[in-house]
Amino acid sequence: MRLAFVLGEIGSGLRRNLSMVISVILVTFVSLTFVGAAGMLQLQINQMKGYWYDKVQVAIFLCSDGSTAPGCATGPATPEQEDNLRTLLQSPAVAQYVNDFQYESKDDAYKHFKEQFSNSPIVDSVTPDQLPASFRINMKDPEKYEIISETFSSQAGVETVIDQRQLLERLFSAMNAASLVAVSIAGVMIICAILLIATTIRLSAFSRRRETGIMRLVGASKMVIQLPFILEGVIAAVIGAALASGTLWAVAHFFLEGVMSKQYPDTAFISPGQTLILVPALIGLGVVLAGISSLLTLRRYLRV
Amino acid sequence: MIRFENVTKVYDQKARPALDSINLEIDRGEFAFLVGASGSGKSTFLRLVLKEDRASSGAVYVAGQNVANISSWRVPRLRRGIGVVFQDFRLLPQKTVFANVAFAMQVIGKSRSVIRDTVPEVLKTVGLEGKENRLPHELSGGEQQRVAIARAVVNRPGILLADEPTGNLDPTTSMGIMGVLDKINQNGTTVVMATHDDDIVNEMRKRVVELKNGVVIRDEAKALYTSMIPVVGQSRRLRDASGRDEQPQVILPRAGSRAEARAELRTAGEGQA
Repeated sequence: MRLAFVLGEIGSGLRRNLSMVISVILVTFVSLTFVGAAGMLQLQINQMKGYWYDKVQVAIFLCSDGSTAPGCATGPATPEQEDNLRTLLQSPAVAQYVNDFQYESKDDAYKHFKEQFSNSPIVDSVTPDQLPASFRINMKDPEKYEIISETFSSQAGVETVIDQRQLLERLFSAMNAASLVAVSIAGVMIICAILLIATTIRLSAFSRRRETGIMRLVGASKMVIQLPFILEGVIAAVIGAALASGTLWAVAHFFLEGVMSKQYPDTAFISPGQTLILVPALIGLGVVLAGISSLLTLRRYLRV
Repeated sequence: MIRFENVTKVYDQKARPALDSINLEIDRGEFAFLVGASGSGKSTFLRLVLKEDRASSGAVYVAGQNVANISSWRVPRLRRGIGVVFQDFRLLPQKTVFANVAFAMQVIGKSRSVIRDTVPEVLKTVGLEGKENRLPHELSGGEQQRVAIARAVVNRPGILLADEPTGNLDPTTSMGIMGVLDKINQNGTTVVMATHDDDIVNEMRKRVVELKNGVVIRDEAKALYTSMIPVVGQSRRLRDASGRDEQPQVILPRAGSRAEARAELRTAGEGQA
């Protein structure tokens, strides 16, 4: 009975304030889309970092089939060459710069590749044999990359030595800047959304002051009186959050998957499925926004 | 049922208090009129009973409980025990008579079947049988006030507060409303009614508490709107000394029908004048 009553109150409140409710939905939609865009950029950065980025700085790729580098004249790297390299890495001359290193076999490489490019068509055309084995080195000081590079480039069985950070750092800093901008815009929009929700609830409380006055008099509990107003804001915010989530999914599906991943097949893009992990966060944020602003408003305008 | 102990209510520090050290007790099942000019403190009295405001000093007891000690989340429980009727009815215009009365039960979580059983019964008590499906604007003022009374008593409160319930009604309709309030009082509900309507007070012959500038200047049982005792101060001192239940000097028999009582009253009144 009480639930049906509260639901009925919410329905009538939403109907009476339809234009305000729509504006709340749109403002939360836009603000949460910006929040979500920032989230997506971060997800994309993580995706591109792949398995090794945060763990190592320098990769020594070993020769594999079809390597054309001068050190690969003898074909794919042999186990002896690998042992030599391992010994060299452990020698005092090199070890002083190295924190730690790991060997990535072709099978490991394939496994990591599959993870990183799980949403790219490229994954089906790659076999473990095509991927080079590598030594992944965690440097004591990443600036000393040159020393490793000079030492190992000329070794037999080494195809190339790569400082992975240098390749991606510039791109990532651009993406981080973009997500910072998105977050700032989102911050302004969120303030806007909170104020708008507060205004909406105020109007709603005003247009129903007769009912709430009677409810107070006959001894309705605070919850029964206030809940419809809070839920009105929450429902509008959740609809906005759902729209924002839908938009992000659409961007991932139609733009990243449909356009970008075909144009840049060698880049790992996030999948539409991955954007769904942002959905609970966005809806949660929407609920919190509406909850906070309605609590503040009701305390002032709907005394019980 | 309602007890005021030295209650003072100050709204504005610079102005005189709205209520000034009021001591008053209204017993269970009593019917009391609260009379006095505008600004005499009648509405403040009712607001303090409902805990709409808190007393600046002194203690207000409702049903044996000091309202100052009722935590804010328990205030609804206090208000469930008190029905309130206003001069302006305060019905919900888009709801039918039945829905208006049912609203008071819905919001405190009464089940649909209880509502279906109780509402028609209460509407019968206030004399609105057969008008369940009317909208407020289709009713006369008197009928609207009956709906408001039905809503106030549908949850069977121990106390009914009426703030000038006949203020918008003509004399005949007012008497009808008083009949309803009297019936509710006979069923055991304590009724406190603030009013300016001297005819009604004279008609009913109930306890009259007169306020002036926030002070009780008269408290008589079976009294008239204006004092029957020439020297007010004396009667007050007398009552203060010997307790509230002291009967006033002029006691009129209330035998037979109300019409007879009224006739007798008129004679007595004329005799005094």
